[in-house]
Amino acid sequence: MHPTDFTLRGAIDALSEGIISSVELTSAHLDAIAKLNPRLNAYISVTGEQALAQARASDARRAEGTAGPLDGVPLAIKDLFCTAGTRTTAGSRILGNFTPPYESTVSANLLRDGAVFLGKANLDEFAMGSSNTTSAFGPVENPWSRRNDPETRLVPGGSSGGSAAAVAARLALGATATDTGGSIRQPAAFCGIAGIKPTYGRCSRFGIVAFASSLDQAGPVARTVEDCAILLRSMAGFDPKDSTSADVPVPDFGAACARGVKGLRIGVPKEYRLDGTPPEIAALWEQGLAWLRAQGAETVEISLPHTQYALPTYYIVAPAEASSNLARYDGVRFGLRVTEPGSDLKDLYERTRAEGFGAEVRRRILIGTYVLSAGYYDAYYLKAQKIRALIKRDFDEAFRTVDAIVTPATPSAAFGMDEKQDDPVKMYLNDVFTVTANLAGLPGLAVPAGLDGQGLPLGLQVIGRAFDEETVFAVGAAIEHAADFTALPALRAGI
Amino acid sequence: MSYTLEGRTGTWEIVCGLEVHAQVTSQSKLFSGAATAFGASPNSQVSFIDAGFPGMLPVINQECVAQAVRTGLGLNAEIHLWSRFDRKNYFYADLPQGYQISQFAHPIVGTGTVEITLADGSTKPIGITRLHLEQDAGKSLHDQHPQKSFIDLNRSGVALMEIVSEADIRSPEEAGAYLTKLRQILRYLGTCDGNMDEGSMRADVNVSVRRAGEPYRTRCEVKNVNSIRFVMQAVEAEARRQIEVWEEGGEVQQETRLFDTGRGVTRSMRSKEDAHDYRYFPDPDLPPLVLDAAWVESLKAALPELPDARRARYAAMGLSPYDAHVLTLEKETAAFFEAVAQGRDAKTVANWVTGDFFAALNRTGHDIGSSPVGAAGLAELLDLIADKTINGKIAKDVLALMFETGEGATAIVDARGLRQVVDTGAIEAAIEAVMAANAGKVAEYRSGKDKLFGFFVGQVMKAMQGKGNPALVNDVLKQKLG
Repeated sequence: MHPTDFTLRGAIDALSEGIISSVELTSAHLDAIAKLNPRLNAYISVTGEQALAQARASDARRAEGTAGPLDGVPLAIKDLFCTAGTRTTAGSRILGNFTPPYESTVSANLLRDGAVFLGKANLDEFAMGSSNTTSAFGPVENPWSRRNDPETRLVPGGSSGGSAAAVAARLALGATATDTGGSIRQPAAFCGIAGIKPTYGRCSRFGIVAFASSLDQAGPVARTVEDCAILLRSMAGFDPKDSTSADVPVPDFGAACARGVKGLRIGVPKEYRLDGTPPEIAALWEQGLAWLRAQGAETVEISLPHTQYALPTYYIVAPAEASSNLARYDGVRFGLRVTEPGSDLKDLYERTRAEGFGAEVRRRILIGTYVLSAGYYDAYYLKAQKIRALIKRDFDEAFRTVDAIVTPATPSAAFGMDEKQDDPVKMYLNDVFTVTANLAGLPGLAVPAGLDGQGLPLGLQVIGRAFDEETVFAVGAAIEHAADFTALPALRAGI
Repeated sequence: MSYTLEGRTGTWEIVCGLEVHAQVTSQSKLFSGAATAFGASPNSQVSFIDAGFPGMLPVINQECVAQAVRTGLGLNAEIHLWSRFDRKNYFYADLPQGYQISQFAHPIVGTGTVEITLADGSTKPIGITRLHLEQDAGKSLHDQHPQKSFIDLNRSGVALMEIVSEADIRSPEEAGAYLTKLRQILRYLGTCDGNMDEGSMRADVNVSVRRAGEPYRTRCEVKNVNSIRFVMQAVEAEARRQIEVWEEGGEVQQETRLFDTGRGVTRSMRSKEDAHDYRYFPDPDLPPLVLDAAWVESLKAALPELPDARRARYAAMGLSPYDAHVLTLEKETAAFFEAVAQGRDAKTVANWVTGDFFAALNRTGHDIGSSPVGAAGLAELLDLIADKTINGKIAKDVLALMFETGEGATAIVDARGLRQVVDTGAIEAAIEAVMAANAGKVAEYRSGKDKLFGFFVGQVMKAMQGKGNPALVNDVLKQKLG
């Protein structure tokens, strides 16, 4: 068995049993990155020396008997998390060579528990995108390919495309990611791995480059549901540096994976049966529900009546917040500064922001600025907030009668790098099943459940009550168990 | 008589409201742990939050909230238990986040009142519209380099209270009295130091003019006026400018103006058309600010006595309205007065504090904080008068010596032998000597020229180097002169 084939849980066990050292595990991953990253472009920065130093320190801790819960486990960190001393790009030119002197709370929590950081994972610029093609550092390639069309390069999904591709191709045992409208769950589904966006407030946003503050939430991607649970337990926790962080205890998510689903009521929202959904996805959804029933759960149809307004609501709220959050990238204090002799402040802003931001980011800043403008605020932003409240109420109502909701994770499998690039609205439709959980602040997990006719992975989504990730993990693990998803991507380490 | 301005075509009334920006007295900034001390070297009091670095998040400083609530209570205003922070978006080099965090739609404090006192002794209530918390921006320095502007972010993120008055002000004097009173209340509360020359307090002045009985006409805003005197001048200058515009058949345009302190006129800064669209929206990094009613009550219970209440109490102690007013103007003065008056006759103490003591401060260029004679020192002096160790006249000289030398009253009196003489024998001897030397005057007095009594008192006191007890001198002198 190649060291990169361990699950995260398996690696933790192997490390603690002395079967492998962190240096060996880390070196194997660094070798795999050296081999495959030139093709996949999953990492923007690889911090090999630092990773080996961390691995050596971890092995020393283990020898002393002071190893933490993630000690020696090599991870990829989405390049939206500020990492002290390591360049942080947010996938944008505008940050230039910005190297934060501070560590995000989530990555600091992982370091506290002994994790090793292999490098910074590629992403859509400022986490805006569903294909990881908007990164200023080039697109990421999905390690999977179509059975009948292996030459067409596919997108890994976005915005956490680098994180998902790295984990799927075995270039990391797990990765941090962030999800504003589906940026964990959609790439996880496209890459055949698991990923959870926890409840809003579960993970601190401190030190994460902001996209849309009321929707952004960090979470893990990994190859199994349990691996996600183990990572989330380390990442989560109250942080007084984030006013929206929740002061609630962090349970043992890993233990919840083994709870089973007996007696659980699973909601099936009828509004998620969209016209034009590929029959394979509809069938997989039915299959997933049948698996849950077979394990003792009850499935019931529910209604989330405002679902159809979720996507337009999201594409008002998220750009509005982004237009304000991204105002700080002005060329004055850090990052890129584009100026000409004799240019004034306005000129500095215009040149810096025009050259620093890519087309998708510029588009969203423009949309956001527009919907907040005098005369349009009520019609767009205020109305969107009202609909957001109704969407949240839909879920509150549903969770009176059900314990979790199961839906498809995405409306399609991974698509080609050249597809959907000329039509932003078509691209935005990728998030149709995932944005609702962000708008309502609820936990959502994507779990690989099967393959489409082309051999590409398809995922199901489990949505739970606020701060009830445990039930979400239990349902996700039950689907994972029944699906017995053993397919592997064509591009991966160890072959 | 209400205040009016005479134009070419008739009489005009001023309508004015003030927006005062008062820096909250606190150890650290509104949303970061950075310090707030005035005068620190540029960019030495800046956290990554204040500098708008990626991934930084604001966390509300509870002490700033408490200060805003105290201020609201001091302005007799409604405290909103639910308020919210909004973002005011605009680009400027000294605004690192690209937005200011402020309270636009839901301020922490609602309507209240401030009572002002005018020179003729009359009072008038001025309505408070609202008070909200917001961040200050940094400072742009355009005079440090021929081509470049420098930015100092020390002020970036400092907590400000914006206190908005109703358009109840009708004259420059009222504007000055309102600002003075507001500053006095803030200083009493300890919520703002009110130092306008350090920028801790500045005012935006809204002015319009109208004919008696008319509805409001278009107003202009004069931005960032930084002294009470300039505010009063700006109100008048802007009113006169508007009167001229109206009287020449023009129309006042709503705009933002600046006060040119050198020339005493306002000039246009930007018109309404150039006004920013600030794209206010609720700050998604901050949950609504929810206050506990019991906590507000506890702040209320712990409020210090405010100037109006203190003035009333002083009047009840027998002080003249003038003394009560003067002694309550500054919190430090009132505290000084009360320390001296503790266990002593309030009226006598008030006379000494507002009289010789203030005069000595003025003469020596001190204020109450730096006075070489403290409350205990003055009290010691007054006790020497009360127990007849010295008389009032000698006491004035002793106070002067205390200011000069920094020595205590008793030490000065002892060292210089200034104790008054209460030994009737010594007084009688002095009187007899004076009478013997002025036999003619004694005869005149005895023949009915009563006015000469004062002459004898003076002579006796002179003979005793001023140390005779005046009452005893009087008594014995009356006896002897018969």
